Amino acid sequence: MLERFNMVNRLDPDPAFILTRLDTALNLARANSVWYLLMGLACCAIELMQTGGPRGDLDRFGSLFRATPRQSDLMIVAGTVTHKMAPRLRRLYDQMAEPKYVIAMGSCANCGGLFNLSYSVVKGVDKILPVDVYLPGCPPRPEALTEALIKLQEKIKKEKYLLKKD
Amino acid sequence: MDRRELIARLNEILKEALINISEMPNNDILIEINKDEITSVMKTLKEGPSLKFDSLLNHLGADCKEGFAVIYNLYSFTLNQKITVKAYLGREAPEIASIESVFRGINWFERETFDMLGIRFTGHSNLKRLLLPPDWEGHPLRKDYVYPDEYHGIDNKRRSNFR
Repeated sequence: MLERFNMVNRLDPDPAFILTRLDTALNLARANSVWYLLMGLACCAIELMQTGGPRGDLDRFGSLFRATPRQSDLMIVAGTVTHKMAPRLRRLYDQMAEPKYVIAMGSCANCGGLFNLSYSVVKGVDKILPVDVYLPGCPPRPEALTEALIKLQEKIKKEKYLLKKD
Repeated sequence: MDRRELIARLNEILKEALINISEMPNNDILIEINKDEITSVMKTLKEGPSLKFDSLLNHLGADCKEGFAVIYNLYSFTLNQKITVKAYLGREAPEIASIESVFRGINWFERETFDMLGIRFTGHSNLKRLLLPPDWEGHPLRKDYVYPDEYHGIDNKRRSNFR
């Protein structure tokens, strides 16, 4: 674990302290405390609940559900987004504190899925929000959602926050 | 009362409001009525002696191209009989009286029919769209409905991969 994140104290093999970059330490902390917003819109929400429950157990990755956007880092869009729901979704996303991430869960959130030809369904949540991880499936199994969270954690661990933007 | 007796009785009670009465393939009774008489017909069916069609099972609208139809399904616990009431409306500005005064539960059914087909129910207490956003244009279940290409700046073009 320590080697993987470049947190080995090379001066002292029996570490009383460790040396690392601030980025790495921050990212490690953030990646393992991704709290997600309950954004269940359709049947994918059932799988989302399963994943958060004792069998899927997202809690072991430091993720747990929050019922308010202000305490959330991640929005798991689980289900069909209609045109009526789209402004509400956007508002909840805007209320989340930076840094924030989005997982589009299931075919409906990816591209409209089964309802792709419908007049009232948004053809992919990426038309209104920036999406980090696209998770296919109809609905995806809890294992798949766990995999999506791990992918997101990998992405968070690679981020460089303290660089000056050009 | 069996079905034949009931049909005879309905014929006798609903005389002038009735256009046609028949049996449907599923053995229910279908009565087609004059749209101006809807409230009185529903009241008679609900409260008429030995009829008591006091359970409103369903309400829906249909686009029949040359016009619209509104359909009500009623059930009588007393007779153990189902009945379907149908009224035809014109193509231009379809309008029929709300039966909210008879069955209060029709409220949201009529709102949905208004939402999807644009049939106006006069006398309805709160005739707003039920499912679609309030500023939506058009009524999607009409045969001549044109799909919107975008809504509030969100692209809504259809790209079919299924053909």
